[in-house]
Amino acid sequence: MMKLSALQQSYLNRRPGSFRGAAPLDSSADGANKSPAAVFWLVLHGLCCLISLVLGFRFSRLVFFFIFSTSITTNTNHFMAPFRQLTTTTTAADVASDLPSNPVGDAALNGTRVVVGRHGIRIRPWPHPDPIEVMKAHQIIERVQREQRNQFVVKNPRTVIAVTPTYVRTFQTLHLTGVVHSLMLVPYDVVWIVVEAGGVTNETAAIISKSGVKTIHIGVDEKMPNTWEGRHKLEAKMRLRALRVVREKRLDGIVMFADDSNVHSMELFDEIQSTKWFGAVSIGILAHSGGAEELSSFAAVEKEVEEKEKKQAIPVQGPACNASSKLAGWHTFDPQPYEGNSAIFIDDRATVLPMKLEWAGFVLNSRLLWKDVEDKPHWSRDLDSVVDDDIESPLSLLKDPSMVEPLGSCGKQVLLWWLRVEARADSKFPAGWIIDPPLEITVPSKRTPWPDAPLEFPSDNNEKTANNMEEAHPVVKHTKTRSSRSKHRSKRKHEPKTVVDTKQQSEQN
Amino acid sequence: MEIRNCVFALILCHAAFVSCAVGLGRNPPTERISGSAGDVLEDDPVGRLKVFVYELPSKYNKKILQKDQRCLNHMFAAEIYMHRFLLSSPVRTLNPAEADWFYTPVYTTCDLTPNGLPLPFKSPRMMRSAIQLISSNWPYWNRTEGADHFFVVPHDFGACFHYQEEKAIERGILTMLRRATLVQTFGQRNHVCLKEGSITVPPYAPPQKMQSHLIPEKTPRAIFVYFRGLFYDVGNDPEGGYYARGARAAVWENFKDNPLFDISTEHPTTYYEDMQRAVFCLCPLGWAPWSPRLVEAVVFGCIPVIIADDIVLPFADAIPWEEIGVFVDEKDVPNLDTILTSIPPETILRKQRLLANPSMKQAMLFPQPAQPGDAFHQVLNGLARKLPHDKSIYLAPGQKVLNWTAGPVGDLKPW
Repeated sequence: MMKLSALQQSYLNRRPGSFRGAAPLDSSADGANKSPAAVFWLVLHGLCCLISLVLGFRFSRLVFFFIFSTSITTNTNHFMAPFRQLTTTTTAADVASDLPSNPVGDAALNGTRVVVGRHGIRIRPWPHPDPIEVMKAHQIIERVQREQRNQFVVKNPRTVIAVTPTYVRTFQTLHLTGVVHSLMLVPYDVVWIVVEAGGVTNETAAIISKSGVKTIHIGVDEKMPNTWEGRHKLEAKMRLRALRVVREKRLDGIVMFADDSNVHSMELFDEIQSTKWFGAVSIGILAHSGGAEELSSFAAVEKEVEEKEKKQAIPVQGPACNASSKLAGWHTFDPQPYEGNSAIFIDDRATVLPMKLEWAGFVLNSRLLWKDVEDKPHWSRDLDSVVDDDIESPLSLLKDPSMVEPLGSCGKQVLLWWLRVEARADSKFPAGWIIDPPLEITVPSKRTPWPDAPLEFPSDNNEKTANNMEEAHPVVKHTKTRSSRSKHRSKRKHEPKTVVDTKQQSEQN
Repeated sequence: MEIRNCVFALILCHAAFVSCAVGLGRNPPTERISGSAGDVLEDDPVGRLKVFVYELPSKYNKKILQKDQRCLNHMFAAEIYMHRFLLSSPVRTLNPAEADWFYTPVYTTCDLTPNGLPLPFKSPRMMRSAIQLISSNWPYWNRTEGADHFFVVPHDFGACFHYQEEKAIERGILTMLRRATLVQTFGQRNHVCLKEGSITVPPYAPPQKMQSHLIPEKTPRAIFVYFRGLFYDVGNDPEGGYYARGARAAVWENFKDNPLFDISTEHPTTYYEDMQRAVFCLCPLGWAPWSPRLVEAVVFGCIPVIIADDIVLPFADAIPWEEIGVFVDEKDVPNLDTILTSIPPETILRKQRLLANPSMKQAMLFPQPAQPGDAFHQVLNGLARKLPHDKSIYLAPGQKVLNWTAGPVGDLKPW
């Protein structure tokens, strides 16, 4: 105890933080006690001072700590003076606080297991993630997210009746596959009415059968004309034909117009579920995609500036609301900037313009089309009274266009994108996209990278179809002349062309 | 059709009133905290108590605020907003003879450093001076020596008026406040600075700022555990072990490489948005056990994981925190991942439903102007629950219980 108190006193005197020489302190504190014990403690003391000086903290404190405490937190009433000392006043409590055997402030901490002062930082032996727990956590997250989704699920979902006018052409598979995939992802029941110009064909039937949804495939005898205007008109007729089918079969649900080349978001299908009778959504018009990159270079510079401005604001068609979220008007497509520059024929390399209000932006309750429905609103026209030729948008089905419900936060959300991209009129594609019989003969292109290779001419290739596609082609069956170049094959960008294709083109549709 | 459905649902609601009822329509399903605890949140204090607000010279409140406007936005701003609320509240009475409670508006936590941290060194003198004023100008203090008075002391350790725990414990609660009711943010069981009968309130968090950072509820919660803040307070406790009793440092050391724990010391601008995408939010102690993270977690629907031994949470008599949050002992921090992943998913969903209850969120906030069910009203409810006052608090004239000259010498200097 005496040794302890000696050390205690010396700590007391050293409180203010200065390292004075130990000898005078000791002699002043203990009188003339020069026993070997005192010398020993003196030496130990000096050693501790030096080590503290080197390490930068009072490690002797730690020594005491470890000697006198068995575990870190089982000492109640264990005070330790704080390191940060903003004031230099020391009180009796601070002084005695070094030693656990001298509890202070007992009354303050009776019965609590919370100890004030320095604690150890507990680290478990292997502080790394445990894979089983990670799995459990992911299951918890999955459950939480499922619950979140269920809160927003639509009650009483109605069948989605999608109406798609189509016809056989090169890009039909491309476009229809997009629609197939979109409809496969729809979480509600879907009835897909596909109306085909030129009669029902097996090509189309093959594509739509892959969708797995209930399909109604109708043919219209008229062939699809070559002009955009004609195409729009025929498509309107085809859609009306589909609406008549809905009426005859008394299909129940929400009719939406899924044009084959449009891009639909999944939120669209959720949003249209809230249609009461007739709704409208905003469409983004991607008018540039048809031919923007084909602008000739000499006019490119001025055009580019204009393009930039145009590109910044994608035209959007749809309902316009006033401040009280009621339908106030329509955002329609303004063809003015594209004057004289628009595509006439389907395979023109110019911008394809939509109509003022596209069909795709409207959805309607199928009961609007039925005969003999009592609670049909009076502002809708009967389908039979509609004259085919002049119907530009489904608004003609209404007597009062102001009764349209704006969907997608009042038209602020763009839920689908309108796009028209078609291949050249004379482009040919393999039937069913199956190359049969497999390609065997190749024709070197006019600009072959290997000018010294002997040219080969096709023996018979009239029935071969031209590959206008870009994909790394089935050159596996190449003839011997090319086999020596096999390692360069993947770098070849030039397509084998048949003699049928007279125009020079290395670009692809 | 829809009206019929609604009526039917209402009937169902009534039938399920006592037990949990789930919200209809597109609102997230919430649960009423069943039993007396939950209903208490919606009590209306108007008519149940009367509060008299002393008119103190502006040097105790307005002038202090004028000197530093930052006091309105920091986490101790509750004292200022409480004063403003009481001035225009229907519970206020101008006749002190009929008042049940007396309020003294003195802003003791508004002396800020350049960094924005409040210095409590003048607070005891300020408080003492204010009490001397009210005891000499009105008879009500001497009548009970403050037993029917309440004070708002939102600083770190409440009325102990110090930020350092040892010093605070040493000082103890200011002698003159020993009989009064204290409304404070600090709460820890068996601690000197938490007096019997105190009302624990949440720290102030700016309601408008939180509202403006709400994200759509559809956003899936993909973060498992979220925390942003210090693990080591390098300025004051470089080696660690003092700050947060080593708990925050333990969280860091054990989980810094765990992908489930999104923890760091950064200050992202998307802090509020991230909390809304997390399932659990850590609310560990710092220098004091309470933290504004609790308020943020409740408002954003993130389950609070409270790591602070013996903490007393706000309005603990009205809010069943055990059912809403997860309590982890400081010694169990190394096993935090095991603890959190072993909570059954049903319990987690239930906690989220309880958190989604708008009255829970409202009770944690101090909106301006005050709204029903908010923290101001919960304080008044707490005060109302303590009524009627026991006859024994009334002292005989001239009788003194408190020792006015106790405490450190520095406190006795006039302010």
